[in-house]
Amino acid sequence: MHATREELDAQAQALLVQYAEKKLTPKDRAQIPLQEMPTQFAEVRVKNMQEVAIGYTESQVKVEAMRCLQCKNKPCIAGCPVAIDIPAFIAEAAQGNFAKSVEVIKQSSLLPSICGRVCPQESQCQLYCTVGKMHKDIDQSVSIGRIERFVADYAREHELETIPQVGKPTGKRVAVVGTGPASISAAADLRREGHEVVMFEALHKAGGVLVYGIPEFRLPKKIVEHELNNLVAMGVEIRRNYLVGKTRKISDLMEKDGFDAVFVGSGAGLPKFMNIEGENYIGVFSANEYLTRSNLMKAYAVGEALTPLFDSHKVAVFGGGNVAMDAARTAKRLGAEEVTIVYRRTEVEMPARKEEVQHAKEEGVQFLYLHAPLKITANDKGRVNGVELITCELGEPDASGRRSPVEIAGSETMYDYDTVIVAIGNDSNPLIKATTDGIEVNRRGNFLVNEETCETTLKGVYAGGDIVLGAATVILAMGQGRKAAKAMNSYLSAL
Amino acid sequence: MNTILSKQRLSAEVFRMEIEAKEIAEARKPGQFIILQMGGDFGERIPLTIADADPAKGSITLIFQAVGETTHRLALLEKGDFIENLLGPLGRPTDIKKYGKVVCVGGGIGVAPLFPIVQGMKMAGNEVKVIMGARNKDLLIMEDDMKATADEVIVVTDDGSYGRKALVTEPLKELCETYKPDCVVIIGPPIMMKFAALTTKPYGIHTIVSLNTIMIDGTGMCGGCRVTIGGKTKFVCVDGPEFDGHLVDWDNMLLRLGTYKSKEQEAHHRCHVGLHITEGEA
Repeated sequence: MHATREELDAQAQALLVQYAEKKLTPKDRAQIPLQEMPTQFAEVRVKNMQEVAIGYTESQVKVEAMRCLQCKNKPCIAGCPVAIDIPAFIAEAAQGNFAKSVEVIKQSSLLPSICGRVCPQESQCQLYCTVGKMHKDIDQSVSIGRIERFVADYAREHELETIPQVGKPTGKRVAVVGTGPASISAAADLRREGHEVVMFEALHKAGGVLVYGIPEFRLPKKIVEHELNNLVAMGVEIRRNYLVGKTRKISDLMEKDGFDAVFVGSGAGLPKFMNIEGENYIGVFSANEYLTRSNLMKAYAVGEALTPLFDSHKVAVFGGGNVAMDAARTAKRLGAEEVTIVYRRTEVEMPARKEEVQHAKEEGVQFLYLHAPLKITANDKGRVNGVELITCELGEPDASGRRSPVEIAGSETMYDYDTVIVAIGNDSNPLIKATTDGIEVNRRGNFLVNEETCETTLKGVYAGGDIVLGAATVILAMGQGRKAAKAMNSYLSAL
Repeated sequence: MNTILSKQRLSAEVFRMEIEAKEIAEARKPGQFIILQMGGDFGERIPLTIADADPAKGSITLIFQAVGETTHRLALLEKGDFIENLLGPLGRPTDIKKYGKVVCVGGGIGVAPLFPIVQGMKMAGNEVKVIMGARNKDLLIMEDDMKATADEVIVVTDDGSYGRKALVTEPLKELCETYKPDCVVIIGPPIMMKFAALTTKPYGIHTIVSLNTIMIDGTGMCGGCRVTIGGKTKFVCVDGPEFDGHLVDWDNMLLRLGTYKSKEQEAHHRCHVGLHITEGEA
């Protein structure tokens, strides 16, 4: 059973007293108990949309920061896609210098309160942590993400953040297409140099996947809004309801509207389906649609939101990534009695973050491994009433390096479900490619870019995030946004 | 932005609004649509076809029927008010070119989005005949506009209160027999489009229909608008809204349109409390 936040805080306070004045050896530090993240209890949180993880207390963050050995070789930094000086920000946090700590992070990452929540730390920085290695258990690594989240939240809530300085106007104009993580970091770095920056968002709310995709219970929308407000405070203009490629083409932005360069961070917004029988029956949704209804359109606020929700009782979610977890956990919160993740491989190969899988399990989501869907059936009104699944076993490793699922002939079985959510990934949205001459893409529709500069095959047009990487992570998108902005800044200064 | 420049009531439930939307007016072509949201956190996004545009003035015209909550709220706006969120133009434009003889069929509110196509087809050098239908005389819209543009206009009503008492399929079949059009364009309620498309099918006439499915983002991101066209899944928002009427899986589309039927009736009931549009208000 989990402890309450108060109990965890009391334990941390006792530890602080215990370790005060003591000179700690690395071995002592590694023995300090890992601080558990206070969370809403599962039976409570499945009935609300509020954040599952409540966040460390001040005492907890200090104790957790004390666990860091301040290694000379800093292996964690190599695991961070944007190379945050992790030991430095943790050292400040251990001292209670939270504002300073967040300043250290912000030299490399613009969105610590978001990345602290949604980064897969266990496969990045925390994977390389010496403390985890000493315990031979990654789960015992210093909780870098939780500390990052705490200091970022602290600075925001105590209004200790400073708005980045903006350089003298350069007279150059840059269009940023999309308002997700890649675009946000590119816009900030471009604006800092003094360029005029206009961001274009197709939806009526800015934030991209952070707003329409990731649920409130994992990333509160007010945090995204706060980060966007910071951009506006720097003088970035955000134009919503503007679909570049349709409202205006990139060539028009550059030739008619006076933009000197363009950054495209339009994301991977094209849901994949499985092309199996029955996929267009009523009750089959892409995870994008299911999550957009709930997150962006606030359909969970029944009685207030005009966008309706589908009544689900038994839900099957196909896929094993973070989006599948988000969809399953959303379905639970929206009142489905039974929710099952159907995945072709086993838990070991599942790409979702361990913490998300753990949370889903606690919330009562079931997992059916080594099963693949063959077809979806419906009643005479076209409403889903079942799914035929086939059992798989693991065969030889495929291109992804994971053992590939092999269907076992004759193992087909029918299962009752009234809702199917397809969460098997996204391809790149083809809209900009289709309306822009000179942009070249690979077979999956991802933009081809120069790896050093993120420049596309069209001069002055740069791209980053999922439109280049395919569906990836927030931090990788941010890293690309920064890389592109750096190259764009030199491109613009040479104009 | 998005200020309402003028508003007219065309029939009991049908309104015409001219809205300031410079960029959409410049980019838009016949057959394309917009998505609007009335603002706030809880409003839904609905697609509406663009009935006309004036690039010089920077305005677009929407013609809509107040049927759901959002269109009812929209109908309550007046000249000078603005629509908070308006996105477009979306979808692919109509394939307008010289076919020779074209028959354009409009049912109910579908006559509005049909009008720019009639204009376009005329401009492209086609001979254009129009069949327009409505349940009754009061629901007929844009008859004069059509008459001023098309070579011939046939009006039908379900109840015979005006024009010929018939469904649009009746004169359509006759024209298929006698006039032998090279292309037929059909816009109207889904059930009408289904039967009109079935009417032209035996004659092998190229038939274009414009689908209006459930949609959220309108950019290809959610896939809620997907339809089966010739056995393949297509997204109405980016692959459409116009498709070959002979390839559409109409039954699946009609079923999918009913996904939220009971919910919509609930919401519609709620919205009518205190929001009723009375005659003469517009």
